[in-house]
Amino acid sequence: MRIDEKGERIPLTIADFDAQKGTITLIFQEIGKTTKLLGLLKEGDRILDFMGPLGNPTKIEKYGRVVCIGGGVGVASIPLKAKALGEAGNEVISIIGARTKELLILEEELQKISDELYITTDDGSKGHHGFVTDILKKLIDERKNIDLVVTVGPVIMMKAVANVTRPHNIRTIASLNPIMVDGTGMCGSCRVRVDGRTQFTCVDGPEFDAHRVDFDHLMTRLQRYLTEEKLSLERGVGKDDV
Amino acid sequence: MTFRIPMPEQDPEKRIQNFGEVALGYSADQAVSEAKRCLQCSEPGCIKGCPVGVDIPDFIECIKEGNFDEAIRIVRQKNHLPAICGRVCPHENQCEKFCLLGKKGESVSIGKLERFVADYERQKGFKISSKPTSTGKKVAVVGSGPAGITVSADLAKLGHGVTLFEALHAPGGVLIYGIPEFRLPKEIVRAEIDCIKKFGVSIKTGVVIGKTISLDELLEEFDAVFVGSGAGLPRWMDIPGEDLCGVYSANEFLTRINLMGAYLFPEYDTPIREGKKVAVVGGGNVAMDSARAALRLGANEVCILYRRTEKEMTARQEEIEHAREEGIKFKFLTLPTKILGDEKGWVKKIECVLMELGEPDKSGRRKPLIIKNSEFTIDVDTVIVAIGQSPNPLISRTTEGLQVTERGTLVVDGNGMTSKEGVFAGGDIVSGAATVIESMGAGKLAARAIHEHISQK
Repeated sequence: MRIDEKGERIPLTIADFDAQKGTITLIFQEIGKTTKLLGLLKEGDRILDFMGPLGNPTKIEKYGRVVCIGGGVGVASIPLKAKALGEAGNEVISIIGARTKELLILEEELQKISDELYITTDDGSKGHHGFVTDILKKLIDERKNIDLVVTVGPVIMMKAVANVTRPHNIRTIASLNPIMVDGTGMCGSCRVRVDGRTQFTCVDGPEFDAHRVDFDHLMTRLQRYLTEEKLSLERGVGKDDV
Repeated sequence: MTFRIPMPEQDPEKRIQNFGEVALGYSADQAVSEAKRCLQCSEPGCIKGCPVGVDIPDFIECIKEGNFDEAIRIVRQKNHLPAICGRVCPHENQCEKFCLLGKKGESVSIGKLERFVADYERQKGFKISSKPTSTGKKVAVVGSGPAGITVSADLAKLGHGVTLFEALHAPGGVLIYGIPEFRLPKEIVRAEIDCIKKFGVSIKTGVVIGKTISLDELLEEFDAVFVGSGAGLPRWMDIPGEDLCGVYSANEFLTRINLMGAYLFPEYDTPIREGKKVAVVGGGNVAMDSARAALRLGANEVCILYRRTEKEMTARQEEIEHAREEGIKFKFLTLPTKILGDEKGWVKKIECVLMELGEPDKSGRRKPLIIKNSEFTIDVDTVIVAIGQSPNPLISRTTEGLQVTERGTLVVDGNGMTSKEGVFAGGDIVSGAATVIESMGAGKLAARAIHEHISQK
């Protein structure tokens, strides 16, 4: 989406939709200029451009016992996946984590659609004091048969999840969110290394086998415009921008 | 008679500081003088050289007489994008190549005259021709680049209801995201597109056919579909280090600048790396555009690395000259083999080998061969890969029954119809990356075939 004539195109996850009403739900965290501007919009306001859905849909089938792990704003894409996986006959265990309890989202929704829900916060303000991977490790130790792990969130978290499941050979899918421009496979800004090969997240992904993704490389590429992003924010989000 | 009237240009030292247009256009006097050079041959070769068949001697005769309104009317009969073609067509390989004057001296500057009458018309304001009666037939056009625009305009003029779908937020395709402001001002593209809207073409941006709507869904709603989705997939060299920060595909580099306005950052939100030492790999117009854009962003040194020699470069001579005037350096017979980064993952150097030319290959150009032990490195902080684009695979991947070649292009018959009934295609998605005017030519052909196809229905 692009908020205004001078705006950047940014990729956001569709958290929910209502085909009858013709609406979709986007969840975003106010971090950079575009998301801060989005946060200033009021009911009835318009954004200039929107296109989607892009990328490939999640493959939903019966796997058995599935653990869905979301971190931070990445939790936004967990309910749709968890719900569909549940409807396909899977046992769905969800783990969501955030830095602190104020940043936890969608707890209620996930409570309804998950067979079990675990919460973690980095500062211990709610649920388990620690990381989502602590819960994952415990689950793996307690019940041997986990058939699939789905993870969305900060790269460092997805990397940690992949590292936990790898020795146990548990199939793990990570949904990536690198820097994009067009979102149609045209530019390659979102290229990631999967199994040593270059893939475009926008058209080949966004989901990849987490055991094959080069997360360190992704982290490096996510920092390409840190200086510019800071500058953009420092200039302030003025009235002219909305 | 022997020499052309030169077109005024921005001084190289000044123009590398801005993104304004380089060539400034003829004055009316200059245009008339240039038009007077035309011999009005009884069997004009120029028309045959034009992929859309513009009646060139006629419009030039009108310029000579000072009747610019009639001149542009003649051009527009065949060409819906004259202000664009007048700027970016490789005239030297088309109409001007067959000009009789060119045999002994310099050909008539047909392209510059085309540009002159188109600019004259735009400044004066477009005349809206009356809309034709509706046939009740509906055609979907996918992709709003040169091919799609041509098909849309031709069919709308015949009274068909045309909906033009564009994936990006602005219509124009490569004219908007690819060709930079200094060669083709976006204001001109917007004006030409506004003109086709006046014919009744409805434009829907932000719709990705093959993703948000499938081609089959379009077929349910429309009597025919034209696919002109272009060659949008960047090619890579497949060498180590291509994923480093500071390595761009030319598509990303130019899209950030042209479509997103990154050269105006931070006024515009999209950033771009302002490299100081930039290497551009490739020898086509896209490579020239990237190099010259990098220079305007503030690079101290921009070098084009090309594995063959100047003779084999596919860029227009005019663009190579412009680049050279602006201080772009060329390293010919140079093939990058590795891109080296620093500890933070940013580009630092590019390693290359020298080449020599061997026997001609399939393209008829002499094949470059690696000279052993000729490795050397160049210090760079930005690398732009401009070695070509492949057809965009989104539609072929998501549509059944669409025959595709090994190169990913769509297979069409002599009328531009694909293997799927009612689905036509043209432009780079069929030919592979080519020129604006060739895509327009393919669009014209397909428009005629689509008209016949739906009229019979």
